[in-house]
Amino acid sequence: MKIRRFLTFPNVALALGLAFLYAPIIVMIVYSFNNSRLVTVWDAANSPTLRWYVALFQDRPVLQAAWLSIRVAAMSATGAVILGTLAGLVLARFGPFRGRALLRGLATAPLVMPEVITGLSMLLLFVSLEQLLRVLLGWQFDRGMLTIMLAHITFTMAYVTVVVQSRLASFDDSLEEAALDLGARPARVFFQITLPLIMPAIMSGWLLAFTLSWDDVVVSQFVAGPGANTLPMLIYSKVRLGVNPSVNALATLMVLIVATGVIVAAVMMKRAERRREREMRMADAGG
Amino acid sequence: MAANGASLRSLLGTGRAGPLWELFFRFGPPRWSNYIRSHWAGQRLVISVPYLWLLLFFLAPFLIVLKISFAEFAPLGRPPFESILRWSEEGALQIKLLFTSYSYLLHEPLYVSAWLYSLKVAAVSTVLCLIVAYPMAYAIARASPASRYVLLMLIILPFWTSFLLRVYAWIGLLKTDGVINNVLMGLGIIDAPLAMMNTSFAVYVGIVYSYLPFMILPLYANLEKHDLTLLEAAQDLGSGPVRSFFSITLPLSLPGIVAGSLLVFIPAVGEYVIPTLLGSTDQLMIATLLSDEFFRNRDWPRASAVAIAMLLLLVVPIMIFQHFQNRELKGNKR
Repeated sequence: MKIRRFLTFPNVALALGLAFLYAPIIVMIVYSFNNSRLVTVWDAANSPTLRWYVALFQDRPVLQAAWLSIRVAAMSATGAVILGTLAGLVLARFGPFRGRALLRGLATAPLVMPEVITGLSMLLLFVSLEQLLRVLLGWQFDRGMLTIMLAHITFTMAYVTVVVQSRLASFDDSLEEAALDLGARPARVFFQITLPLIMPAIMSGWLLAFTLSWDDVVVSQFVAGPGANTLPMLIYSKVRLGVNPSVNALATLMVLIVATGVIVAAVMMKRAERRREREMRMADAGG
Repeated sequence: MAANGASLRSLLGTGRAGPLWELFFRFGPPRWSNYIRSHWAGQRLVISVPYLWLLLFFLAPFLIVLKISFAEFAPLGRPPFESILRWSEEGALQIKLLFTSYSYLLHEPLYVSAWLYSLKVAAVSTVLCLIVAYPMAYAIARASPASRYVLLMLIILPFWTSFLLRVYAWIGLLKTDGVINNVLMGLGIIDAPLAMMNTSFAVYVGIVYSYLPFMILPLYANLEKHDLTLLEAAQDLGSGPVRSFFSITLPLSLPGIVAGSLLVFIPAVGEYVIPTLLGSTDQLMIATLLSDEFFRNRDWPRASAVAIAMLLLLVVPIMIFQHFQNRELKGNKR
């Protein structure tokens, strides 16, 4: 009984903590419907209004930046998933090999690396590569979408690696072993057994990589050339000048889209997991 | 598997069947890793793809940063530094390493105060984060399984929405004519608006707010695994809830505390967006200085030296983090 009474303090703290997490977002959403140009003064006579949303869809630079960000994020997430899955598989299943410790370090270090360091080092690499390619092959390439993508793949693949590796570590390799035993080639074992088993991890890894890339401003600012402007870079340059009602509208849209997507994905994954559990139970009972 | 093999072998002894068993265990059912190592030429390819990528795009950049940090600043050059390698007239290779950028970092008061301030901000934010996150993680870990899923979802959801926009949302709250001041003045609690924007307070709020999920999740993962019968036993033996907490729960949750603290502390030292948007322009953090040196002064060698110094400062916490990360991944194995 005493233990139960002890729980009340954490519960109150949890409620306050959740309020702390959501209050700023809710305030931002409410003020996106405010008619006043002075963002924090509520214009009761003419609000709520969709004025800033209309303005947003007529703002060509915002739309162009959003389209660029979507393409960069989708391609970076796909690249990160391919490389991260390979790295996770190698670390979880391939046993000891020379250089494994280095790979392990390289694969998880980007998780905690300060963004300014990643951004600076990537930019200096691209500058050196630019010089090298110009001198050796006479190629000329400009920094832009490609360099942003390469940088994003590199820092988001670490997240995919960790997710995939921990999923692989959560079940043993007896199924894979059995398939190898029955004479399947390793590539076939990977595509028919390992891949379906780690698919939930790959999917959440892709979503994670997508949102990280979609959200990144610091690394992009370093590696983007003069031409490429992603949505976060655009927002950042507006926000530095102060609060801006059209940014409130944009933020509201982004928050709502992401929240819907994440909730739908979570519910679907939960359902799939329940179905699998039920099937396993039935299989056990039947066997 | 291997342990089973060993115990079986010791059971059977080294009778006449011994060598035969020996053979069976050596060439027995292939483990995925053994099989791949001995049979599949493609394994090298599978290993080398992510490996080469990380060497080229993660390790090589650091070596370049290291190289440039020793170079001489050439304000008019494109790129603005002189190569540290040069061929002399006799055809010999000369290497010129300059430590001017580093000695500047150590002697310029602006830099010294930025270092100390960054460490202070990161340390204070980590402690505040821990104080806010611990009861929250505890409450989630002790909730019923159904509500636990929803609560975790609520904690993770802000993490998926834009970090930049969540920091931006605080500007509207903290400004002099912002929501908090308006509400407090409307209620008559204060007469004049509080100056909260562009202060260290705003930076703390921003960091605690943004990094809170990183602290809650490792703590939750740890607290959820605790054996509650220990608390019951303590209670039966007459220990009060506060004492049980400090002598059982808190020591057991130490790994979660360390992991969460590192996940907050390391990125907070190098935090750039939060101090530039919410912080004061009088007291800069080290990441802001790095970016100013690079973009405004175009002093690439000095920016590189700042990056190397930051890495040296963070290398110990990063290694501790990796140690915990690996233990966690191994611990998942059933």
